[in-house]
Formats: sequence, C-alpha cells, structure tokens
Amino acid sequence: MHLDHSHDGPAAVSADARRADGSRRALRIGLGGPVGSGKTATVAALCRALREELSLAVVTNDIYTREDAEFLLREAVLPPERITAVETGACPHTAIRDDISANLEAVEDLEDEVGPLDLILVESGGDNLTATFSKGLVDAQIFVIDVAGGDDIPRKGGPGVTTADLLVVNKTDLAPYVGSDLGRMAADAKAQRAELPVVFQSLRSEPGVSDVAAWVRTRLAAWTA
Amino acid sequence: MSRAALLVLADGRFPAGGHAHSGGAEAAVKAGRVTGAASLEDFCRGRLHTAGRVAAALAAAAVLGVDPVELDAAADARTPSPALRTAARKLGRQLTRAARATWPSDELDALAREFPKGAHQPVVLGLTARAAGLGAVDAAYCAAYESVSGPASATVRLLSLDPFEATGVLARLAPELDRVADRAVEDARCVVDEGADALPAASAPLLEIGAEVHAGWGVRLFAS
Repeated sequence: MHLDHSHDGPAAVSADARRADGSRRALRIGLGGPVGSGKTATVAALCRALREELSLAVVTNDIYTREDAEFLLREAVLPPERITAVETGACPHTAIRDDISANLEAVEDLEDEVGPLDLILVESGGDNLTATFSKGLVDAQIFVIDVAGGDDIPRKGGPGVTTADLLVVNKTDLAPYVGSDLGRMAADAKAQRAELPVVFQSLRSEPGVSDVAAWVRTRLAAWTA
Repeated sequence: MSRAALLVLADGRFPAGGHAHSGGAEAAVKAGRVTGAASLEDFCRGRLHTAGRVAAALAAAAVLGVDPVELDAAADARTPSPALRTAARKLGRQLTRAARATWPSDELDALAREFPKGAHQPVVLGLTARAAGLGAVDAAYCAAYESVSGPASATVRLLSLDPFEATGVLARLAPELDRVADRAVEDARCVVDEGADALPAASAPLLEIGAEVHAGWGVRLFAS
C-alpha cells in the first residue's frame, strides 16, 4: 500500500515500526470479541498488572457511548490522559479493520502527549465473531469470548476465534452455572487454532489475568528485541 | 490523468474516516427534521447548496494550486461552529494519512508538516485529487457528493431507512450535483485571480447549531 514512498515526510503513515523522530513506537495489541465477554474487564486487569513495570495507554472503540472509556476512568486503572475514546459511527469493526485512520491518530497522539510508551492496548467495542483488527493498526490481537456466550463458539470458529494471536475464554467461574463444558471448548479451540495459544481465565479469582499478562510480556520482549 | 482514480477517491470505502460522521444527519433526526426519504432529500439538498457548495469550491481551488494555508483560513472563516471546525480538521487529518499512503506526493508531505493536526477536509481533498492526477472538477464532484452521501448512509443506520430509498434520494439530486460542481470550478477560477475572498460563503445555520448541540450529547452513534 505504500507504493514507493520513502517515508521521509512527517509522521508515519500506518504500521511503521519507527516514529517520525526515528524512535521505536509502542507495541500495539488489539482486544476484540462479542459484547459482554469481558474485554474491558480484561483491559482493566491488564493495566493493573502491568502499569508498575510498563508505560502504557489504552484506546477504546465504543459503539455509541464512551462507556468503556468511562469504566476505565472510574476504575482509575490509568491516569485519564492515558485513555482515549475513538468514536466509530456504530461500527467498531470498520474502525479497527477497514478504516483505521482514527485509531492510528489516537495511538500516535497518545505517544506524542504521554509517551514514550511501551504498550498501547486498543480495545474494540463488542462486535461479531468476524471482527478482527487490521495489521496496519495492531501488532497482535487477543480475541475474548466467555463461557456464558455459548460453549459452541470455539466450534463455530470465524476469523476472531481462528486467527487471533491469543484466544481468551473468560468467566470460567460461571461454567457450572450456565452448563458450559470447558473441556469441549478447549478441544474445539485446539481444533480451530492448531498451535495458537488459548487461555482460560476468571477475573474473579486468582490467578486472574496473569496468563494473559505473561503473554503480553512475551510479545513485548519480542517487539523490543 | 486517470479517470479511474476518481472512482478510488470517491469510493465510500476509501479509508479516510467518513464512516464515523453523519454530516449533521444525527442531530437532524433527533430534532425530528429528518424522518424519512422525503425529509432526507430536503436535508441533503440544503446541505449540498450550502456546506457542499463551499466545500466543492475549496477543493477545486486547492486543485488549481491556490495556497492551502490561505484556503484553510477561508474554510475556518466559513465554519462558525467550533464542533464543525474540529470535525473538518479531524477528517482532514485522516484523509491526509490515507492520501499520503495512496498517492505519495511532496505536496501532501508538506501539507502534513504544515497541519500536523489536520487542515479542513475539503482543502486536503483538493490536494489529494491533485496528487492523484485529477482535475478541479473531479475534486468538486467528490466534495459535493460527499456532502450528501454521508448524511444519506448515516440515515440508513439512524432510521433503519430502506437503503434503496436513500440511494434514490442521491440519484434524484444528481442534476443539482452537476450544477454545484460546475459552479464550484467557476468559483475556484475566480479565487485564482482574486484571492480566497472570492470563495462562496453559503451557510446553513441549523447545521452549525445542530453540530454544537450534537457535540454535547453523552450518547450518540456518530462523531458529528
């Protein structure tokens, strides 16, 4: 898409690893998944787990409100200047995949205003099973589903479940109450994803988000290596 | 020039951020001024001959080589609502990014340096058309068409309006779009000779007021 552009002009145009001043930009990780699966709760838990060791910021893509951004602000997981809400015109999947310009501006402005940053989490508003992030926007993506949304979601597959760099099956504590078979979900996910990793987590009890946080640390180590 | 480049630039899927904006339609729907295809047509006609006409002349003048800084100041002067100025600059910044990636040019790089937070979108549109090898009339058509296609597609989402009806509205406005685009090119030629004061200053007070009200809402589907 860059044709023969030499990138000597101002500001990177898309996924360039270097910023205009030549420094390495922050690693960008996207979090997507259906409505109510626990994306914002996972982002909040990741911020709490990582904020002492990393300089991080969050971009939210709400569907029609600033609810997700306001939840993060209320929970005080990060200072307000490190949280930016992008408005998506009712279509988060457009803003994270088909037309990523508003999100790119949000991540670049965060780096300018509160940087240098190690990590930016880009959260999508709840969307359908085909909503994935553009490679022009994020370096890796996490797809979050939950046991209460139906234990057949891993079997159904779709781009989110099949191709995300990490699949998180959230709310495992609810499995006995909603009749979800975690073993079956794990086997179906394995069949869909081959060697790609899957994490089962409950944020209600230990170890909470620590497996996902460890995965993020590994990605960051690879990014800065 | 390549006429096909016009199709690329005018495509509603061109990734320059327009999908998140309603062109004032969301405020008009909430206020009860747009309730169906007929009132959408009235709304679009009003927008075409005011904001659309000014945008088309700005874009055409940029293609003809008028200084973008001068045009940007003229756009500011013709946009009383701070919310609309912000929206126009955001969209301008997004278009600058998409244009630089799609049609790399020194002029677009210079524009990005001059306006790191974005110039008014119609000015950027004109320079994008220039970089794509298009003419003033092409840029004028793009600006005029965007002034009505944005509200029409937003209204499909806002009112669950029949998409065929919304497209019919655009088709019925086509002859007027032709006239607005032609007139915009004439205006732009005057700007080359006489300066930016020759630009039209047609304004739609309800669009400006609606944009200010809309910017204050806590819950909305569109950014503007």
